Amino acid sequence: MTRREGSPEPGPVGGGRLGSRLDWRQFRLTWLAFPGSALAALLVGAVMLLALGASPVTGYRALLDGAFGDSYALSSTAVKAVPLLLVGVGICIAFRANVFNIGGEGQIAMGALLATATALALPGLPAILLIPLTILAGAVGGGLWGAIPGAFKGYLGVNEILSTIMLNLVAVQVMNYLLAGPLHDTTAQSVGGLIPQTRLLPESSWLPILKDGTQLHLGVLVALLAALAVYVLLWRTSFGFRIRAVGLSRDAATYAGMPVARTTTLALTLSGSLCGMAGSMLVFGSISHRMVTDGSLTGFTGSAGFNGIVVALFGGLNPLWTILSSFVFAGLLVGGDAMQVVTGVPSDLIVALNGLVVVFVVSVEFLRRRPRVAPVAIPIEPPEWSAEHVEQPAATRGSA
Amino acid sequence: MSEFFTTAILTATIASGIQLAAPFLLASLGETLGQRSGVLNLGVDGIMLLGAFTSYYVALKTGDLRLAVLSGIAVGAACGLATAFISVTLRAEQGISGIGVYLFALGLTSLLFLKLVGTPLPIDQPGKIEVPYLHGLPLVGKTLFRQDALVYLAFALVPVVAFVLNRTTFGLNVKAVGENPAAADSLGVSVARTRYATVTIGSALAGLAGATLLIDVGIFQQNITNAVGFIAVALVYFGAWRPVGVMLGSLLYGLTQALVLSWKGLGIIPVSLSDLAAAAPAVITVLALLTVARRFRQPAALATPYTRGG
Repeated sequence: MTRREGSPEPGPVGGGRLGSRLDWRQFRLTWLAFPGSALAALLVGAVMLLALGASPVTGYRALLDGAFGDSYALSSTAVKAVPLLLVGVGICIAFRANVFNIGGEGQIAMGALLATATALALPGLPAILLIPLTILAGAVGGGLWGAIPGAFKGYLGVNEILSTIMLNLVAVQVMNYLLAGPLHDTTAQSVGGLIPQTRLLPESSWLPILKDGTQLHLGVLVALLAALAVYVLLWRTSFGFRIRAVGLSRDAATYAGMPVARTTTLALTLSGSLCGMAGSMLVFGSISHRMVTDGSLTGFTGSAGFNGIVVALFGGLNPLWTILSSFVFAGLLVGGDAMQVVTGVPSDLIVALNGLVVVFVVSVEFLRRRPRVAPVAIPIEPPEWSAEHVEQPAATRGSA
Repeated sequence: MSEFFTTAILTATIASGIQLAAPFLLASLGETLGQRSGVLNLGVDGIMLLGAFTSYYVALKTGDLRLAVLSGIAVGAACGLATAFISVTLRAEQGISGIGVYLFALGLTSLLFLKLVGTPLPIDQPGKIEVPYLHGLPLVGKTLFRQDALVYLAFALVPVVAFVLNRTTFGLNVKAVGENPAAADSLGVSVARTRYATVTIGSALAGLAGATLLIDVGIFQQNITNAVGFIAVALVYFGAWRPVGVMLGSLLYGLTQALVLSWKGLGIIPVSLSDLAAAAPAVITVLALLTVARRFRQPAALATPYTRGG
């Protein structure tokens, strides 16, 4: 709290930035912050399991077995990780530009809808054409749904957190309308036409299974390639440099002559495209091979739009670490179902733990305080920041 | 269409619209307080979920609605303290930590609901309260003056919040802290204490909003809020950080929902199109955000944690 601040001695902030010597405190915080956050969340989870009368040891063992125990479990986890990874790297792009894309859910749905409509409209195409086309359609659908708040933010200064949330609400209604109306399954086999779902998609649009006897499909490779591509984009291209520059300081980027508004718009558009691709993966990699919902966005996305944020944050907004992070969180989700079977504690526990991880990770950002490296902490830093003026709050020194 | 324009159906629709607006209003009034002091609390939807579940559980176990509402408020206030700790003391990025709070509450309430409530039973709903004399007025009487106690409370809070913000020392401190925390701090106003207060009060109102929603629905279900809390945050922008504007936004949502329900029931619009119609307020809100972004300025320190001397 502000009252307790006031220590005149400068904190150990500048060391790592200047690269003069390895700052151990900085090192510990950087490398232990994320595992520490996860561990803390799992500890809270253990307490909750105990409170609900289940043994944490049994519960977590079931979770690990269900997620990583055998090759089938691993393949299920990998499949679950596909939308998380795509959304996650999309979030990396947006957050690196300091644009908070909370609209992943809506972008997933819009991408899935456009991809589904494409596949239904072109049933005759061979797989080699149709599959890339559906992935592209997903990217276009999600991209459009990201471009709207992107342009609003870039050119008109509309808060993107709110506009993306609102567009989620529009997307859910559009999805419900299309799945109960124009795209609705009206064939004789459908269960009285009561379920809001599409017809069975043409077989040439199904994502090919990579390993017999599992659900491991082509989407896994697509997501990995996308993650690599986003890494290259962010750190090896001038466009990626502009995205990160805008994210670090809009003023500095403007002053340097960068097209800030356009970069912001494109960042959110690309972010939406990746979410849209996740949507098409969810449809064409599904077991039912159709798009189906229960009337809510979560019913279709499985909250991938929110969980993707968790994954990206946990991956430190780095696409390569996000690969690992998406696998870990997919494991939690898959393992959560196994835990539910063994202990009787609903897998919603995992959703709650995901939330805690988010809170812990962004709270720890405050302890890390690497002003020019960690973009999540950037808005906190005033432009005139310099090491001489920094006062470390008493709480920081104490808890480190 | 003509069957819609009968007095009975019109009054019923407007009355239910006003009732549906109450949770939006309570949550967004609370959020207004927080945002005026510079804190963006994006966890409102989660806090509403926790408030709604607590109220449901207490009402189910004790049958005492008053106690249920009070416990909803108490849980909201506790969440507010936690949120303030995260945003003010730990200075976490507010746009993201709120999503964390939401996910946590979503998971926790579903978990507790499935685990603690065996067979979900509806709770007793309170009767409508008629305002003496006024409820007999033609048209207005049955729409405005025959509502739940909590609905009256929600609308009565509009002038109260406006008064507190504009006519009290606390309100001036709140606005000062939201506009220029360094200046406020240098004049001896505790930025942290002010923000803790607004976020806690605001979250208590979010808890109350959850309880109101619960009592309106009569039974808890997973994700019962269905993004009401997120909309409430947007309504604060919609209303340009003013209680009256926030009230108009809430009414827009409540009335549109009631209208769509009523038209769907009467078969004026087909069921499938009603989905699109239900998206109308969200579209209007996005357009309103455009206008507000051009015409009004948000509190200068919104979503910016304060560091003395920083």
